[in-house]
Amino acid sequence: MNAILDVRKLSLAFGGLKAVADFSLALAPGDLQGLIGPNGAGKTTVFNLLTGVYRPQTGGIQLAGREVTGLRPYQIARAGMTRTFQNVRLFGQLSVFDNVRVACHLRTRETLFSAIWRSPRQVGEERAIAEHARRLLDIFGLGGRADEQAKSLPYGDQRRLEIARALATDPKVLLLDEPAAGMNPPEKLALRDLIELVRKEFDLSVLLIEHDVGLVMDICETITVLDHGVTIARGTPREVQADRAVIEAYLGEPAPEATP
Amino acid sequence: MARPTDMADAARRLSPPLGGSIPRSLLPLILGVIIAVLGQLLVPAVGDFYYTLFINIGINVILAVSLNIVNGLTGQFSIGHAGFMLVGGYVAGIITYYGSYALWGSTKVIEVFLGPGEWLFVAGSVVGGLVAAACGYLVGLPSLRLRGDYLAIVTLGFGEIVRVLFQLTTPVLKGDDLAAASLGQKLTSLGGAQGFGAIPRYTTLFWVLVFVTLSLLVAIRLKRSTYGRAFLAIRENEIAAEAMGVNTTQTKVRAFVLSAFFAGIAGSLFAHQLATNLNPRELGFQKSFDVVIMVVLGGMGSVSGAVVAAVLLTILPELLREVSGYRMIAYAFLLIVMMILRPQGIFGVRELWELGGKKKS
Amino acid sequence: MTKLLQTLVDGISVGSLYALIALGYTMVYGILSFINFAHSDVFMLGAWFSFVISRAFGWAEVAPPAWSIALVLPASMVLCATLGFTIERLAYRPLRAAPRLNVLITAIGVSLLLENTGALPFLFGTQPQSMPRLIADRPLATIAGVNINVVDVVVVVVAVALMMALQWLVFGTKLGRAMRAVSFSDKIAALMGVNVNLVISFTFVVGSALAAAAGLLYALKYPGVKQPADASWVLLGLKAFCAAVVGGIGNVRGAMLGGLLIGLVELFGAAYVSTTLRDAYVFLVLIAVLLGRPTGILGRAAVEKV
Repeated sequence: MNAILDVRKLSLAFGGLKAVADFSLALAPGDLQGLIGPNGAGKTTVFNLLTGVYRPQTGGIQLAGREVTGLRPYQIARAGMTRTFQNVRLFGQLSVFDNVRVACHLRTRETLFSAIWRSPRQVGEERAIAEHARRLLDIFGLGGRADEQAKSLPYGDQRRLEIARALATDPKVLLLDEPAAGMNPPEKLALRDLIELVRKEFDLSVLLIEHDVGLVMDICETITVLDHGVTIARGTPREVQADRAVIEAYLGEPAPEATP
Repeated sequence: MARPTDMADAARRLSPPLGGSIPRSLLPLILGVIIAVLGQLLVPAVGDFYYTLFINIGINVILAVSLNIVNGLTGQFSIGHAGFMLVGGYVAGIITYYGSYALWGSTKVIEVFLGPGEWLFVAGSVVGGLVAAACGYLVGLPSLRLRGDYLAIVTLGFGEIVRVLFQLTTPVLKGDDLAAASLGQKLTSLGGAQGFGAIPRYTTLFWVLVFVTLSLLVAIRLKRSTYGRAFLAIRENEIAAEAMGVNTTQTKVRAFVLSAFFAGIAGSLFAHQLATNLNPRELGFQKSFDVVIMVVLGGMGSVSGAVVAAVLLTILPELLREVSGYRMIAYAFLLIVMMILRPQGIFGVRELWELGGKKKS
Repeated sequence: MTKLLQTLVDGISVGSLYALIALGYTMVYGILSFINFAHSDVFMLGAWFSFVISRAFGWAEVAPPAWSIALVLPASMVLCATLGFTIERLAYRPLRAAPRLNVLITAIGVSLLLENTGALPFLFGTQPQSMPRLIADRPLATIAGVNINVVDVVVVVVAVALMMALQWLVFGTKLGRAMRAVSFSDKIAALMGVNVNLVISFTFVVGSALAAAAGLLYALKYPGVKQPADASWVLLGLKAFCAAVVGGIGNVRGAMLGGLLIGLVELFGAAYVSTTLRDAYVFLVLIAVLLGRPTGILGRAAVEKV
């Protein structure tokens, strides 16, 4: 089976500090994989490398068979990989509806001229965008708040809006950066269901960074563990839990876990 | 779930397809022309002073609305708008002055409404706008690639360089000199520090209003379109916008080029009006700041806000003319207080018709 | 050869002035990420304060004593420092969290306020005045046919002394370390116990004092002091700002280097290429630097956290 996301030996150093060393990963279509590690392990840096925010110094990234190394973030989004952010990056002053609509921009053929001219095609595209955005918001339960300012949303809704927005770009691969951060247990449960739903309904692959180890162990099929930029373990949740190096670096003593 | 991979395809699937929208698309423009004709007929009746005032209001509206696209909608920091005015004004002036001579052997104004003289003027204005837009591209592309305040510094520098260069031009050619001059000489004889006073004065309220309508049409339609949302997204969070597929550099450059185009047209209208000469010293950074103030006071991103601010800030200096020394002090205090008390400007990002109740999506 | 040396002397002299002014811009930008457009007006007021003080002592008619400059300089610096402190406190501090374009407008407002208040008839008026010669206008020495004027020597010596004092302040004292910390990140500095408000006020005080010194020195070198509302002050400020950018905005040593560089470029350009383009050289250098090395000669790119 061909990997939808094929990452080969990415490295990035800031000055003398090696942030990520020889990171490799293969994501198959429909996969849900996790990326964990202590703070500062380089997880978000990996996301930044994958989405083109940073340029890797070594290695390569292939998305759906296409080489995307060194492309700018908007090009990678157009190629089908998008993300959410560790610190929520919504378009604060825009409405919830507009936040999602912006993410539809890359799927339009609109030019400056057609926008000004209001051609029939442009009007049609606007309607399609509105439909698409409304549908997404309804799935995420945000339909009722479509006209509110994004920054006025409660924190949990803001995080979900970010995911909805990312989905509007119609990705093949979705990178979620600590989506459960700051959530309470019922919210986390809802999030877990949401991620499962998204994966199935939207037919995509998910790579998840999370600090809530329970959540990751629960839904991810494969987990990669990072420490100081180095991959120290990879495997099923059970394998990773039992891995010596992982325990030392991160988990501490394995606590009695609910079986996955 | 079925998902559209392309909005245009999705649009086709939504039935019925919308048709007959070309007349609808042109309706505001036609309306604007009618208002322009009415304006031209009625306003001169109230005297020269008000006629000139209305023309100045119109020019400032075009400037504010166009700068709003860059500073307001896209949140970039451009403070060299007057430089584009100068470029547009001089290019248009060259076309009308030296062009009139080439076509009709005389540089006198042909005072026929919609006559050949006026069309030369309109063509010159558009070319002036295009050249200004080209300058916008040259200035914008390298600076907008960088994040931060570099655009501010570059646009400021650009405005000053343009001003200095035009001040170096040789006196305008007249009479026999004009007949004998080469193209190159004509292009560099633009009056120097004295200004290009010989430009035939073609600006009428009619044409000002036509261009005002055009600029408003463009600004409002753009803001409501997906491009407008892209501009705002860049302003709100450029990194997120880029991650969601917006080509931020290209989009910023486009906003900048478009705004430079209209500044060029405003410059041409300014150059051809009766009341003032096109003089580089009039259109330096002080003018650029004036326009920035209009945009910020009116509300960053609000087209109607920019219009209101442009109108107010054109009229205000006239009203306060008697107390000139203290007028500027009062104005300065007003600015400082406004910024402290209401930093989002009068309207914020909303339009006049969106106030009171939720913003309609 | 004579022309070369003369231009060199002039360039260094003017460059020192640009450096002093540029320091104010760069320090404020480093700390607040804000272009303080009112800074050129503080520079202007430094010149005018010096003029008024000198005239008050009667030094316009009577030959001033040798120590006159030792009185006028600190007096002018103190006045401008107070002014800078007040401006920051009243106009900029309330806008600490506002978008930068807004603070820019405020700065423009302050600039207009200072210019037009200064232009009031009972203050400095609308006419240029002649600055009393606190330094005798005679050559100190003649090298290779070039007159090295006392004024130029004084300008360079005072400027260098002030810059060295600043260098010591920023790199050798605890307060200076606090300034550098705040310019790196005000949040982290606050967490480390730095009184950020104090540091910011102090930055404005120091920058304004340096601008005042530059104002006095400028008035000594070019005794025809233009009226407050004249555009030439803002133009000078702009050039100094370009110097700060060229050297690396936010970088103190960069401002000194940039100032010197811009001074030399302007004078050599005017002498060897064309005097009428004098104002343009600075901006051309600016654009060249921004295209080739946007962070400036000594600047370092800040990495934004994503």
